[in-house]
Amino acid sequence: MSTGRAAVPRFGHGSRVPGWDEEADLSKPPATIPDPATTPVPDELRSTIEAAMAKYPDRRSAVIPALHAAQRVHGWCSPQAIVQVAAVMRLTPAYLTSVATFYDMLSTVPKPRHDVYVCTNISCSLRGADEFFEAMVAAAGETGTVSVRPFECLGACDIAPMASVDGEYVGPLSTEDAGQIVADLEAGRPVLEHKQLRYRRSADPEVQQEREGGEQ
Amino acid sequence: MRLLFDGIDEPGLNTLEVYERRGGYQPLRQALSMEPDEVLKNISDSGLRGRGGAGFRMGQKASFLPHGDMEKYLVCNADESEPGTFKDREIMQKSPHMLIEGIVIATWAAEIRSAFIYIRGEYALQADILEAAIAEAGAAGYLGQNILGSEHSLSLVLHRGAGAYICGEETGLLDSLEGKRGNPRLKPPFPAIEGLYHGPTLINNVETLATVPHIIRMGGEAYAKIGTATSTGTKVVSVSGDVRRPGNYEVELGIPSREIIYGLAGGPPEGREIKFWFPGGSSSPVLTKDDLDLPYDFDTLAKAGSMLGSGAIIVADDSRSVLEVALKLAKFYAHESCGKCVPCREGTNWTVKMLRRIESGEATPMDLDIMASVQEQIIGNCLCVLGDAMAMPIGSMVEKFRQELEAEIAAARERAGAGALQDVIALGVADEQAGPIPVH
Repeated sequence: MSTGRAAVPRFGHGSRVPGWDEEADLSKPPATIPDPATTPVPDELRSTIEAAMAKYPDRRSAVIPALHAAQRVHGWCSPQAIVQVAAVMRLTPAYLTSVATFYDMLSTVPKPRHDVYVCTNISCSLRGADEFFEAMVAAAGETGTVSVRPFECLGACDIAPMASVDGEYVGPLSTEDAGQIVADLEAGRPVLEHKQLRYRRSADPEVQQEREGGEQ
Repeated sequence: MRLLFDGIDEPGLNTLEVYERRGGYQPLRQALSMEPDEVLKNISDSGLRGRGGAGFRMGQKASFLPHGDMEKYLVCNADESEPGTFKDREIMQKSPHMLIEGIVIATWAAEIRSAFIYIRGEYALQADILEAAIAEAGAAGYLGQNILGSEHSLSLVLHRGAGAYICGEETGLLDSLEGKRGNPRLKPPFPAIEGLYHGPTLINNVETLATVPHIIRMGGEAYAKIGTATSTGTKVVSVSGDVRRPGNYEVELGIPSREIIYGLAGGPPEGREIKFWFPGGSSSPVLTKDDLDLPYDFDTLAKAGSMLGSGAIIVADDSRSVLEVALKLAKFYAHESCGKCVPCREGTNWTVKMLRRIESGEATPMDLDIMASVQEQIIGNCLCVLGDAMAMPIGSMVEKFRQELEAEIAAARERAGAGALQDVIALGVADEQAGPIPVH
């Protein structure tokens, strides 16, 4: 009876909040809004954030665009990146961290430069996404420049199994494509250009008919 | 019948030039020559129901907004994250001006001067295309002050999300747009009374708003003649999973589901049969091959115990294990639960654990009853419907595929050497009489 039990991760924490098990230093005073005068912020980042703030009736709406911009500059939402955003937006680092940890595309831990999100939701996994994910992890291996993550439905089940490579949707993928994706990324080429969603035509048959008629 | 997908693949349709050549922005001129009330009446007469999931009548929702000059907002929900759904993506990528035109008309009807499009962060290409289209429309005078010389003024801002399913829920979306964690809010007050920045807010899905120009062009009453009496118009249906031609298909509401799955999407692969299918995204209770002749419309699917939802059909053929799909589904909702309400946060996580118990050979049929009861405890007990969105399909799977799940339990126990089921049942651990708990 006991043999089957070991496989069950009974007390897996299940928490999605990074750092839930790290000890906090409660003797330290909480971080306040950083002083803009003593917090250096790259000019381009500052102007991007200020432009974003100007678009909304409430400047705080620019938090996600600002964190995206900081992540582009620093590679991840590092403490330094958070402090810079906090200084420009006049918010506390704690508030920004609470937002950054909520969203899957913002990373509060260091990550490699390139992002490969492999959709492993139902439609993709029915068409072999789990095998592709394994192949992709193996292909990225120890490169150190490619981060591979299983991702929730990316909204491209028509090209399942698919992945988003630095924001570019590619599919349908086979396990052989994994190596090509890494090679394309390292060479700085467009990734799997013949499989990019941007060039794909609609599946709607009447549309297809119309198209064939038009090309004659 | 093609409205939204008419000429969808025409090269350059995403540019103003081609869109205008095809008659684009004519409906806007028509709408601006009418009084807002008349535009709203057309939308109400059309019977258009929301295409994002809930199927609420757009005209009615817009009429809930208070009249008069105040800070009111329109938010276009482009956070398309429901598993299996990819219709808004194709609309925004290929015909962004159709959405922009719909937004300008809808804001005129509801007397709104500030609008936002909340697009999921993963849709980078579509966001870039929309941003370019907004700039183009602004330069041509379709946005900004006194649009086309009328009294209507509108600012339109594109907002990119950062990856969270919950931000597709309207109040979670509003919090996220205000720069917070995307936690849903208590309702009431509903967004039409108090939404974005505490102002009255109209929230509509991309496809809903993109339909508005067609309604104005045809007239609301003419549009209402398409489809069925209570599910009017056309719908872009995303078909995926075990079908030969996955993709988006625009259909008239009320056509037989079989026609969509077999006729348009080509049906399951050679030699396979359909085992079960989700009619409206992964949140809809599953239907089986016996339900294939149901007309595809809001009310019929609701009567059949499921829902049209976002209009995303996911097909699983007879080679698939219900357990595997259920586990995939439960893991998704457990990951995406924001954690604000206990029944959802705990219920999704425990459902995953219970399904894993089946896999590892620890479960007995009683686990199915517990699982069904957990689903019942989630439904209706949270601020938003994310928990329900897991509970409904999982509940339906336990109900409709109980035999298969029981066989899985027995097989897994044998693999794990966990002792024969008869012995456990003989001890009175499981009540054979206890049927599955019905799920609404």
